[in-house]
Amino acid sequence: MADKKFTGTSSYIATDDLKMAVNAAVTLERPILVKGEPGTGKTQLAIEVARSLGKPLHEWHIKSTTKAQQGLYEYDAVARLRDSQLGDDRVHDISNYIVRGKIWEAFESEEQPVLLIDEIDKADIEFPNDLLRELDRMEFYVYETKKLVEARHRPIIVITSNNEKELPDAFLRRCFFHYIKFPDQETMAEIVDVHFPNLKKELLAEALNAFYKVRDVRGLKKKPSTSELLDWIKLLLSEDVPPEVLRGDGSRSAIPPLHGALLKNEQDVHLFEQLVFLDRRTNPQ
Amino acid sequence: MLLSFFYMLREGGMKTSITELLTLLEAMKHGLAGQSVDDFYYLARTTLVKDESELDRFDRIFAAYFKGVEDSLSDLFQEIPEDWLRHQAELMLTEEERAQIESMGGFEELMRALQERLEEQEDRHEGGSKWIGTAGTSPFGAYGYNPEGVRIGQQISRNRSAVKVWDKRDYRNLDDSLELGTRNIKVALRRLRKFAREGAADQLDLDDTIDKTARNAGMLDIRMVPERHNAIKVLLCLDIGGSMDDHVRICEEMFSAARSEFKHLEYFYFHNFIYECLWKDNRRRHSEKTPTLDIAHKYGSDYKLIFVGDATMSPYEIVYAGGSVEHWNEEPGAVWIKRLLNTYPKAVWLNPEPRDRWEYTPSTKLIREIMDDRMYPLTIAGLDDAIKELH
Repeated sequence: MADKKFTGTSSYIATDDLKMAVNAAVTLERPILVKGEPGTGKTQLAIEVARSLGKPLHEWHIKSTTKAQQGLYEYDAVARLRDSQLGDDRVHDISNYIVRGKIWEAFESEEQPVLLIDEIDKADIEFPNDLLRELDRMEFYVYETKKLVEARHRPIIVITSNNEKELPDAFLRRCFFHYIKFPDQETMAEIVDVHFPNLKKELLAEALNAFYKVRDVRGLKKKPSTSELLDWIKLLLSEDVPPEVLRGDGSRSAIPPLHGALLKNEQDVHLFEQLVFLDRRTNPQ
Repeated sequence: MLLSFFYMLREGGMKTSITELLTLLEAMKHGLAGQSVDDFYYLARTTLVKDESELDRFDRIFAAYFKGVEDSLSDLFQEIPEDWLRHQAELMLTEEERAQIESMGGFEELMRALQERLEEQEDRHEGGSKWIGTAGTSPFGAYGYNPEGVRIGQQISRNRSAVKVWDKRDYRNLDDSLELGTRNIKVALRRLRKFAREGAADQLDLDDTIDKTARNAGMLDIRMVPERHNAIKVLLCLDIGGSMDDHVRICEEMFSAARSEFKHLEYFYFHNFIYECLWKDNRRRHSEKTPTLDIAHKYGSDYKLIFVGDATMSPYEIVYAGGSVEHWNEEPGAVWIKRLLNTYPKAVWLNPEPRDRWEYTPSTKLIREIMDDRMYPLTIAGLDDAIKELH
């Protein structure tokens, strides 16, 4: 049972609904599924939950080729074959060739761990279904050694998804769900503040204004997200850009400096420059 | 406990299950929702909602339930256009005026009237005292004053209690029956590619063969897998100009999403309907045309054919020779589209017009018949169905 509550950390601002979702998942020891725009801190959430609750973190990053079995264990048959050719004694014990996966590692943990299953939607469509029992009962069976592995402490499982595939209903029913929506300007100011505590108020206000203006441009292929904003502010700071430059002298028609950090797509940059150009033509100073 | 709320969610079209309800009750037993209604709302949301497209619906049902307004379920599906409700003016009322408004009938009276007016009303309205809109004294709408009024999509409560989180309806644009965005379309289109390795197992799987041979103590065990199809091939035909002008943005988004999702994407434009020629560059549509037959010969039948068009035209343009509005066509459009459909058995027609309007356009009916009913609305849900059909 968790006695501590997750309330966000010194470097991570959690909204009330996010806190509730995490605490519900921690209390009931069920997985939490986190979705949201890219760059809103889904992966970061698991890291911060582990840090704030003082628990060890196990990360499992999913790729398109990842199989559910790899999270449990793998049987290294090739190594065993090689050893048998070389007459190694280890070959008689099959458990020497069972390689533990991330879920097994988390199950064996001395204290309750946090397990991050990152970007579950990247994997094959069957992947979540293959993990149903493991996530529900927190146990699995190793066929090669005929051994049942049970979790010592039910891990806090954080699962992230970018929505590239739909997840099966049976899987969803076992999870808490949270959709991280794009932070509003106030929350964003708090977020920037924990990352750059010494940032001048003026610069922050101007940077946020410019940032939300860029986000509002219609037709952008990839809207800049929180992580891009943080990178951009880092650049502004290292270049020592004064706030007046961001304001563009009262007109809306200035291209923010170092906008390459915000717009990651050539077409977007092009579109943006065109819009600024049009704006300058229609509203000459 | 909470049973009527649970059934209301199900009536409202959410797929909430008993397991989830039990989870919610369990969480409440642990005292997670002890402090306030807001906490309960967050807890219920994280437990019962499993997809962001359902969030808006959940918010509406939650609001309805906790106002004790159980009768209002029927209008949950009635979409109130956003720009009606965009607040632009604020209304200041005197005491007498308030008393006047007081005199409207009871709640049921109001709901019935709301239903009627929704049907009558066609444009955005602001100010007056009858229509649904913003800042008026009509009982329906937001930002106005009527003590018996019904709030619709209001962000800040003026005359009444504090802001309720579920009233903000932050998630409305994630509802999948609404508008498409490039990213949404990409995600939807991406579902096409998941069956990339399908068919007869006719390729040697080297890794699996080594693995199985090793497990077999060195006896050769050959494993085969189906050939991996590089990517789905798509032939996209877009209607351009005329009545399609209203749908330009959505089509652009569809097109740009498709371009980045498929390696093998060929696109052509047509005007209103398919005839003997299509073109690739709309500015040079009269000089650089591609004969439709060449297209059917060039691109194999493993291409999936997607038409995007509003299917709104005169029926003559489909069934008669010479019916085209732009040129003299020797053969009717129906013949040409059937030729394409014979070459490409996997084909769908995506229509940006809302589905409920299809019945009223004879040409839409005609095209649906030609397409064997494979016409889908250009929404996320429609796109999903279309992609299932294409598999």
